[in-house]
Amino acid sequence: MTDTTAAPDAAETPLISIRNLQKSFGSNQVLTDINLEVRKGEVVCVIGPSGSGKSTMLRCINVLETPSGGSIVVDGMDMTDLDLDIDAARTRIGMVFQSFNLFGHLTVRENLTVAQVKVLGRSKEEANRTAEANLAKVGLSEKIDAKPGSLSGGQQQRVAIARALSMDPDVMLFDEPTSALDPETVGDVLLVMRSLAEAGMTMVVVTHEMEFARQVADRVVFMDGGVVVEEGPAKEVIGSPKEERTQNFLARVLHPGQLG
Amino acid sequence: MSTPRTTNDGGGTDRPSPSSPPAATPKAKMSRRQKAKISRGIQYGLLVVIAVVVAFMADWSTLIDTFGRVDIAVGMFPDVVTQALKNTVVFTLLGFVLGLAIAIVLALMRLSSVGVYRWLAFIYIEFFRGLPALVVFLVMGFGLPLAFPGFQLPRLYIIMVALALVSSAYMAETIRAGIQAVPKGQVEAARSLGMSSSRAMFTIVLPQAMRIILPPLTNELILLTKDSSLAYILGSSVDGRELTALARAEIVNTANLTPFIVVALCYLIITIPLSYLSRVLERKYGSAESGVK
Repeated sequence: MTDTTAAPDAAETPLISIRNLQKSFGSNQVLTDINLEVRKGEVVCVIGPSGSGKSTMLRCINVLETPSGGSIVVDGMDMTDLDLDIDAARTRIGMVFQSFNLFGHLTVRENLTVAQVKVLGRSKEEANRTAEANLAKVGLSEKIDAKPGSLSGGQQQRVAIARALSMDPDVMLFDEPTSALDPETVGDVLLVMRSLAEAGMTMVVVTHEMEFARQVADRVVFMDGGVVVEEGPAKEVIGSPKEERTQNFLARVLHPGQLG
Repeated sequence: MSTPRTTNDGGGTDRPSPSSPPAATPKAKMSRRQKAKISRGIQYGLLVVIAVVVAFMADWSTLIDTFGRVDIAVGMFPDVVTQALKNTVVFTLLGFVLGLAIAIVLALMRLSSVGVYRWLAFIYIEFFRGLPALVVFLVMGFGLPLAFPGFQLPRLYIIMVALALVSSAYMAETIRAGIQAVPKGQVEAARSLGMSSSRAMFTIVLPQAMRIILPPLTNELILLTKDSSLAYILGSSVDGRELTALARAEIVNTANLTPFIVVALCYLIITIPLSYLSRVLERKYGSAESGVK
């Protein structure tokens, strides 16, 4: 990554700025010297083989994993600062998980309102209005009183997106949001994410959906073995990758079943 | 169920299989169904014989005289219900509520990231799980007042604390297992929404753990109902007796064992609905909830 974006006089300071991020589990170094910047309104897709550290990198951004070194600044907040009110910081970073993680004992409405009321201190009425608006955005208004267990995987993931949106975050993190879905429900989720991107949401998406990355992402980051191997505009990285590792990975992903 | 259908049941002849031994021709061998029928018949026959022998050998008039004196049974009412049964229920509930509160704290300590908490909880649980409830009652009731002359709790508190000490150790392990059965993703989702770890525990994890641990907790309540009988060794005033204490007093008064039967029925009045409740809860929550994933 070049340093031109980090010029001090840049009018647009990056919303997310990751510098020399290190992460190791015991003696196992998972991330090495990750540098990444995401500007406001930008959609960045992170691709790479499994075990390449992309999910760990994403989880470091809202400190679900504690970084071993380096710095992460989100919207001016130093996420690695131990004096930072991490709970308050996390309300501004929405996160969507591979396994949805909806609260199984609560209805969809309660899933969307519980944190608004208990963390943001919103009134029940306001929380309800926000919940209804966001549920409409993901096209599931009629499911507001359903229990998560009665929804399909794709519906659960859309509810999870609405739940994160209900906190009015500045940035949304997606951790392989479609990897646990049946193929026929993937499209609905990607459609919601696409409209979110078009509405100007800042998004970091760890994904295996190359077509989505190509069409929606402003930038694509290819990770392998805990390092950023290549990054650039989506069409370049996916369409004509420069690095050999990227080429090999894309060949395997885009044309599965073919040798060499 | 006892006769799984297999391919060589009955119609084994029209499928010549090279590996089957030649002796196993259908006419020489009883089918499995027939065998099961005969063996069941023998078992039932034995049961009937035993019942008949017992019925003839028993000295019914003495038995009824010892255990089934209706006048004595009737004489125990209404005190057996209004005092003894009530006291048993009160002791059990007080002990259970206090025990549950201690157990939740212990379970959280067991799961804490602070090593000292984990060890303290571990020692407490191992200690009180290993002690007979009777010993706990004796120490609470007689040991501590001797060791600490100022220590003089009302009897009700002693019973409540003793029952809580005994039950909390068991319930703590149940609750810990329940909490650990809630997928880690639930906490991560709660934390990512800005909840503190304790808020995530109380609003997200514990309610979901509760459905897992409710059936075993009901079981613990049944055990505790029976353990409350140990309160009799502390002695009591007439209106402080629970079921077992009342039974012992009545047996002395009447020189007859009928009170045991009456009290046994009273315990069953409490425990049978509870075990029914436990089964209902198990059926309702026992199968993995699809929402919790």
